[in-house]
Amino acid sequence: MASHYEAPIRKPLVIGNKTYHDVSVDIAAPIEGKANKQWWIVFGISLSAFLWGVACIIYTISTGIGVWGLNKTVGWAWDITNFVWWVGIAHAGTLISAVLLLFRQKWRMGINRSAEAMTIFSVIQAGLFPIIHMGRPWLGYWMLPIPNAFGSLWVNFNSPLLWDIFAISTYLSVSLVFWWTGLLPDFAMIRDRAVRPFQKKIYSLLSFGWSGRAKDWQRFEEVLLVLAGLATPLVLSVHTIVSFDFATSVIPGWHTTIFPPYFVAGAIFSGFAMVQTLLIIMRKVCNLENYITVQHIELMNIVIMITGSIVGVAYITELFMAWYSGVEYEQYAFLNRATGPYWWAYWTMMTCNVFSPQFMWFKKLRTSIIFSFIISIVVNIGMWFERFVIIVTSLHRDYLPSSWTMFSPTFVDIGIFIGTIGFFFSLFLLYARTFPVIAQAEVKTILKSSADNYKKLRDKK
Amino acid sequence: MSNKVIHAFYDDDDVLLSAVKEIVSKKHHIEEVYTPFPVHGLDKALGLEGTRIAIMAFIYGCIGFVVSILMMNYMMISDWPQNIGGKPSFSYFQNMPAFVPVMFEMTVFFSAHLMVITFYLRSKLWPFKKAENPYPSTTDDKFLIELHVGENEKDLKTLIRKTGAIDIKIIEKSE
Repeated sequence: MASHYEAPIRKPLVIGNKTYHDVSVDIAAPIEGKANKQWWIVFGISLSAFLWGVACIIYTISTGIGVWGLNKTVGWAWDITNFVWWVGIAHAGTLISAVLLLFRQKWRMGINRSAEAMTIFSVIQAGLFPIIHMGRPWLGYWMLPIPNAFGSLWVNFNSPLLWDIFAISTYLSVSLVFWWTGLLPDFAMIRDRAVRPFQKKIYSLLSFGWSGRAKDWQRFEEVLLVLAGLATPLVLSVHTIVSFDFATSVIPGWHTTIFPPYFVAGAIFSGFAMVQTLLIIMRKVCNLENYITVQHIELMNIVIMITGSIVGVAYITELFMAWYSGVEYEQYAFLNRATGPYWWAYWTMMTCNVFSPQFMWFKKLRTSIIFSFIISIVVNIGMWFERFVIIVTSLHRDYLPSSWTMFSPTFVDIGIFIGTIGFFFSLFLLYARTFPVIAQAEVKTILKSSADNYKKLRDKK
Repeated sequence: MSNKVIHAFYDDDDVLLSAVKEIVSKKHHIEEVYTPFPVHGLDKALGLEGTRIAIMAFIYGCIGFVVSILMMNYMMISDWPQNIGGKPSFSYFQNMPAFVPVMFEMTVFFSAHLMVITFYLRSKLWPFKKAENPYPSTTDDKFLIELHVGENEKDLKTLIRKTGAIDIKIIEKSE
């Protein structure tokens, strides 16, 4: 047992006296069982929201971008806000699975699978917006580095928007293979347990014939470690490049060097909040309280608190730099944010993102499930407003006062946003019913070091 | 030689690991070990060589890096140089800062995908591939050692029983 030693001060990560077989049973249970009524209700709501979004997208594409609330001054609004919001949410998944793997944090094993699923589903939502915003999405392939039909005019590699294409597509595809490679042994477990022939067929297909040989495991662990090493700078680069979309422009309020770290911290902040929202519900619905414990929730709350504070420091630094720069356009942009016609958006952002995570300093609050759930929703609202504030309030009053204006969304703007939320939850609900939602093979490796029954056994000796 | 193999079952990773060490020290050749999760130290105990897949990932990354430079140099500098925002467009090096993001992304893209493809091919993993673990319980909570039966089947059996196996089966392999 010596190789499974873990310091006694570490609290157990798996509770409920689990054996290896119990882990398999618990994780296969939601897949083998039948969906209950609540699942169908929530899925129905999500699906209708998604279909409404599809209708709004079809309306936009068939009529034109004019159906949105955009005008000559505010050429980017909800679409890019939603894009950045969804990309940001995606980041927590990679952070949990890659960065915490490099740091050898065992608590990631209860939550990494679902966090990665969330990453993939939210990058899909994010990717929709730039494509719809093209107006003619069937010409989207012009973004690829291929010679076009009118001669050999190439894409512009100086443009941050093109960097985004490369960053987001690399991010989505690498996250997908990272997720899928980790899933193979778990699909194999489901396959080998399956009783119904149809289920057996499906999971045989999904598991790629995983057999669990010693050599396979050796390569498997190496591949996941290298992928984690690649995904860590990748995830930082993605939101850095998203922030370049703004930072390389000359718009006051956008043209700041603090954007890359500030966006990355904000992304992790909002992503952890979304993981928290999803997992607090899932642990209850799928009976996984023994694997996603209060300790997991507490640790995620600490990450939310820290990244929320980093974001707070960034907000204040922005204000300071605007004043210190002596550039009056920059100064006005920030004065306008806090006291102009969009003051309510700015102060919603401040309250939700800087003030609300500070509650997590109290152990009682950060170990309260209900409170954590509420804060996670509040943070997600706040982070949406952050992007809205950055994008719309910087654009609506820039250098030329004669073109100052306001932005108000139309029902189509709102409909597409609601549609992506519906799409996201539909995908996640389907995932929760068909995929092993916890990396059971990995959990089994830490059972002897971190499960409560083994810990007790060791204490007795 | 007969195609008889012994399947020895274990229900604990530590017992399995010491059993493997014991069997290997007695100069028996272990054909294969199937486990439900990675057992650390098993590859060393079996005498498996370290995997070189990380080295391949590095090489693939270098390929991606070079491809991105050649691609952007051809498109932006040699084939159709343009004056974009007054930035230098007649030398790759001078324009390089703007190309760094894509150079990085392509390095990661090549490295990650080609490494995973290599892993799938080397470990024979692809859709519609039939699984080769002989018992479904080895993806749940059982550990399996597969050995060829040599001359003295009895000795081997007692050795395996002594190492803490919970079950032993003798199988006639058809291939």
